[in-house]
This record gives sequence, C-alpha cells and structure tokens, in this order.
Amino acid sequence: MNSKAKKIVMAAAIAAMPVLAASAASAEGERYVLVSHAPDSDSWWNTIKNGIALAGEQMGVEVEYRNPPTGDLADMARIIDQAAASGPDGIITTLADFDVLKGPISNAVASGIDVIIMNTGTGEQAREVGALMYVGQPEYDAGYAAGQRAKDDGIGSFLCVNHAIQQPTLVERCQGFADGLGIELGESMLDSGVDPAEIKNRVMAYLTANPDTEAVLTLGPVSADPTLLALEENGMAGAIYFGTFDLGEEIVKGIKSGTIKWGIDQQPFLQAYLPVVIMTNYHRYGVLPGNNINSGPGFVTADGLEKIEEFAGEYR
Amino acid sequence: MSNATQPTAEPDERVKEISAFRKALIRPELGGIVGTVAVFTFFLLFAADSGMFTSQGVMNWSVVSAQFVIIAVGACLLMIAGEFDLSVGSMIGFAGMMIAIFSVSYGWPVWAAILTTFVLCVAIGAVNGLIVVRTGLPSFIVTLAFLFILRGFTIFLPQTIERKTIIGGVTDVAEGDWLAPVFGGKIFKGFFTWLGENGLIETFERGTNTGKPVVDGIPMLIVWAILLIVFGHVLLTKTKFGNWIFASGGDAEAARNSGVPVSKVKILMFMFTAFCATVFAVCQVMEFGSAGADRGLLKEFEAIIAVVIGGALLTGGYGSVIGAALGALIFGVVQQGLFFAGVESSLFRVFLGVILLGAVILNTYIRRIITGER
Repeated sequence: MNSKAKKIVMAAAIAAMPVLAASAASAEGERYVLVSHAPDSDSWWNTIKNGIALAGEQMGVEVEYRNPPTGDLADMARIIDQAAASGPDGIITTLADFDVLKGPISNAVASGIDVIIMNTGTGEQAREVGALMYVGQPEYDAGYAAGQRAKDDGIGSFLCVNHAIQQPTLVERCQGFADGLGIELGESMLDSGVDPAEIKNRVMAYLTANPDTEAVLTLGPVSADPTLLALEENGMAGAIYFGTFDLGEEIVKGIKSGTIKWGIDQQPFLQAYLPVVIMTNYHRYGVLPGNNINSGPGFVTADGLEKIEEFAGEYR
Repeated sequence: MSNATQPTAEPDERVKEISAFRKALIRPELGGIVGTVAVFTFFLLFAADSGMFTSQGVMNWSVVSAQFVIIAVGACLLMIAGEFDLSVGSMIGFAGMMIAIFSVSYGWPVWAAILTTFVLCVAIGAVNGLIVVRTGLPSFIVTLAFLFILRGFTIFLPQTIERKTIIGGVTDVAEGDWLAPVFGGKIFKGFFTWLGENGLIETFERGTNTGKPVVDGIPMLIVWAILLIVFGHVLLTKTKFGNWIFASGGDAEAARNSGVPVSKVKILMFMFTAFCATVFAVCQVMEFGSAGADRGLLKEFEAIIAVVIGGALLTGGYGSVIGAALGALIFGVVQQGLFFAGVESSLFRVFLGVILLGAVILNTYIRRIITGER
C-alpha cells in the first residue's frame, strides 16, 4: 500500500513535469509577477493576461499572472508575500483593499522589489505603499463623470447592477454615478450575484417593481450581458438609458445597436501592458514616467466602433 | 516489529511481517506522513532555488498551512464524531465582520468585541448541532443552510450599518488592546532580530526597515495552530471524551446504548468547529486590520479536504488530529509551492484533485482492512 500511495504521488509529479519544464525554459531576462484580486470566474481579466503576455513577448521578459481563486483578498495578501519571496524584479498588483494589502506590498518594496499598482487603488495609495506609480482608472471619478454625463442627458433616477458587492471599488462606481447625478444612492444599487440567470431575473424584477427607473448602469460584462437580455425580454431595450463600465463583445454589439448609450473603457490592456514596459525600461535604462497614468475613463459610443469591435474582450 | 522475534520457519516470518505492515497501515496518519514526505521531496527537487525555502518563503507556506490547520482540527474532530460543517467558511467571514462592526462601527473595546464574537459564534455552532441532533437531518443540509444564512448576514450587516462591504480600521482601534496581540501579534521577535543581525536569515535592503529581518517573528496564527493540534490530539487519544467522539461517529446507536451522551458530544464538536473558525477569523482580522464580506469563501471545503487527505473517514469514527494537521500542511505546501515551482496557478486544482483522489483511494483501502469487507 505504501508503494501504492507513492505511485500516486509520483504519477502526479510526472504529470506536472512538462509544465515545470515549459515554464523554466523561458527563464531569461527580467521576471515580473502580476497579482490581481479577481476570482477565476471573472473573464474580464483575460484582457489583462493578454496585455502582460504581449508586453512580456515584446520586451523579452518573463511574466506571470497570479490571483486568489475565490477572490478572497486575504488570500491575495499571501500571494503577494509569496511573489516577493520568489524574488522577482518587479511586482505589478492591484490595491483592492488598502488595509489588507498595504503590509505585504510595503514589505515587498522594502525587500528591494519594484512595485507598480494597477487597476484598483489610487495614486495616493500607491505612493503610500512605496510603489513606483499607479496605472488605472480612479473608480469614483469615472463613476462621477458617467453620472454627470447622464445628468446632462436628463436622467434623474437609475439602477446600478452590482455583481460583486463585496468589492468596495465597484460600490464606488455606483456611488460616484449617484453623486454625479446629484441624487442619493439609496436603494438604487442591486446586489445581483454573478449568475447570469439570476442577474437577468433580478434586473427584470427591479424594473417591474420600480417602473419609474430612467437609467441602468452595469459594472462590467458580468452584469451587462444578462441585463441586455433582460431589457430585450421586457421590451425596454433602446427605450431605457443604459450605460456600462468596461467593454466586451456583447457590450460592443449593444452600443452598435443603440441599446447601450455608452461604455466606459478603462483599457485593461494598458493597465497590464504599460507596467511591464515601464518596469523593463526602468530596470534596463533607468527611465521612468514622472506621473501616474490614467488609463481611463474613456467613453465608447457608437462612433468609431470598428477597431474596438475587432478587439473587444481581447485587447480592449 | 517487536513481536517478530520467534525463531520459526520462513513462512511464519512472512505472515508476521504482513501483519505488522497492516498494523502500520491502519494508523490514520500514514497517508499524511507519506504525502508530506513526498510533497517536500518534490518541491526540494523542483523549487529548491526559487525562494520557497528562504526564511520568507518558509514563513509564507507555514502561515498558509497554519490557517488550514486551525479549521482542519475542528473539522477533523467533528468528522470523527460523524458530522460535517459546511458553514465554516461563512462563519469565518461572519466572525470577522462581527468583530469589525463591534469594534469599529460601535466603538467597543477590541477585547470585548473579540469575546462577544466568540460567544456569539460558538452559540451559532451549538444551534447547528442542536438542529442536527434534534431533527435527525443530515448535517450536510443543516450546515449548508447556515452557509447561506451567515454569508447573507455578512454582506447585509455592513451594507446596512456602514454602506460598504469591507470594514477597515481595526488595526487603529486595536492599538494597546490586551487581547488583540494574542491573535494578531508575533512572538520570538528578539530571536529573529538576532538571527537577522547575525546574517542567518535575510534582511530588508532598503527603506525604513533596512537591516531588520524579513521575518520578524512567529505569528500567533501558527501558535494557535500548534495549540489546537495539541489540544485536539490529547482530547482525542488520551481522554474518555475522545473515546466518546470515536464511538459517536462509529455507531451512534451502539454508543448510546452503552451510555455515551452522543447528542452532547456532537453538539460540543459543532461548537468546537465554530470556535476554530472564529480563531481563524480573529487572527485574520487582527493581521489585516479589516473584515470583508468575501472572507473565508470555500474554506469549508479546504478544511474537509485537509482532513480527508489526513486520513479521516468521511463516514466518521476514524481519523486523527495529527493526520489532519499533516493534511493541512500538504495542502498549504502544495498550494504555495506550485507557485514557487513556476506552475500556472490554475493547475493547482488539478494537483489538489489528484492528491485528494489518491487520499480517498488510500482511505477506502484502509477501511476495507479494518472492517474486513472485500
């Protein structure tokens, strides 16, 4: 039996060997690790993976992507510790919760690893943990800009479909939108969960219960795609003011067909691509941009959709 | 081994050896020991120079393993007593949130927040147990219900009270508290400073921490893990109550007939599981300074996986705390080690699945030896 157990473990070891060999083969040049807070189920991060892969290829550096499988931020803190212990040249990470992550990030910086904050967080927080810079979209500001835009279009009430209510940055988007409109967030934020059928039905139920709702705001493809279906089913598609964060195939189609008024693109590709390029050049030639980089918000409307359509979900 | 002394003919010798071998096999820790050796051998071969065995790397997988240990000890005793608790993960999130709400939102002293949370969560554990014992429903269903109930409150309460789902600032209010360091502090700091000064472990190279060791002490999380292992092991193997736990999980009816208070044992084990989850939560909140509504997601399965890898039977009545602790160690080392070895993180699940399957097959084989079924 002893040998049986050993056999099983050895089989596992052998199964993993090609993987190990493959990843060890590309080990030349600088090594950068990107850590995100995204659970495995979030497909939006595919663009991020494409971004670092392309940058790694172009710059001739080794890049790795790490995330906590369930999106648990305490697990993410351990991953940053772990990344630091493996001694990379740089860590690119989101700052999804300052309290949880500032310790591990500061420790990584203190042990001589360069850090760039991307996606979530602010320039101020990035400075506080000792990061080189922040590349991303300030979420509240983006929500606020969207709210002002909607206000100019005559909107006075809205539904914010939040698919990850436990993430403060998504709440900030809704809050920013409400403040931009100049109204209370109140009960306008819907905790929709991530299951498409549940999202669709909750949105329909909300709109039935609150027929005066003038606008719908979704926070990414996860909530936007089912919301599109909900609006088609209850006949409000095109009639209700619909804005969304982030782009994806369905969202681009929605913008093209006029169902979605605008999409706020924070350009995740740049958030992943730029830090790798910036760090490589910093490490090789000592050059570094003097400021944080705002990759968004950029409003995507029906004008000039062609290229966006081609690369939506891949590079955009 | 010691009974193989009779100088008899060859065939007898062989029979005896097999029986000794079998004796070793029915030790529940065996799978865990074999697995631990295999896992460490594997990573020493493939990840020796990756930073996994530097002081920082060792601390990293030790802390992660200790987390698994804390919930696995509770899950192990409960499983030996014949029940499951699927609400462990939600309990972690819930307990953490309660501490943050009591201390930050309501301004209670941190020690009061911690103690109240312990009382509250252990009481919920008792309710779990009471429902299972009184209704005779499978614990799978009852605790599944609590998985949702507790997670729901963990999102709803901070949303209602603070309009957000992560409550931070616990570190500030825990400043100077007498109880907080018991969960979030570190011990042997002086020793590690000494190690760092003498170049025995790595030190920070720049910034305000220059010269300080990268590992500056043993986190209380690890101390708690060790204490729980010792407590659980002694309780299970050295006390009458330990026998009651085995009996309750083995054959509850027979145990009842011979005077074991099965219901009481099971309820107490549910309370102990809740206690362990709360220890986990308090350590986490004190370390990270905040509580989040998504903390502890899927941890119930991780606890069960660690226990099963460690050799306990899902049907109850068999297992060991040491085995569960080794299972937790394997889990932690594999999870963190694959990163150091440069394996794509999504493949961690494949690995875990293979190990789990191997452990279950081993367990089935052991059960057949014990029960004599073929």
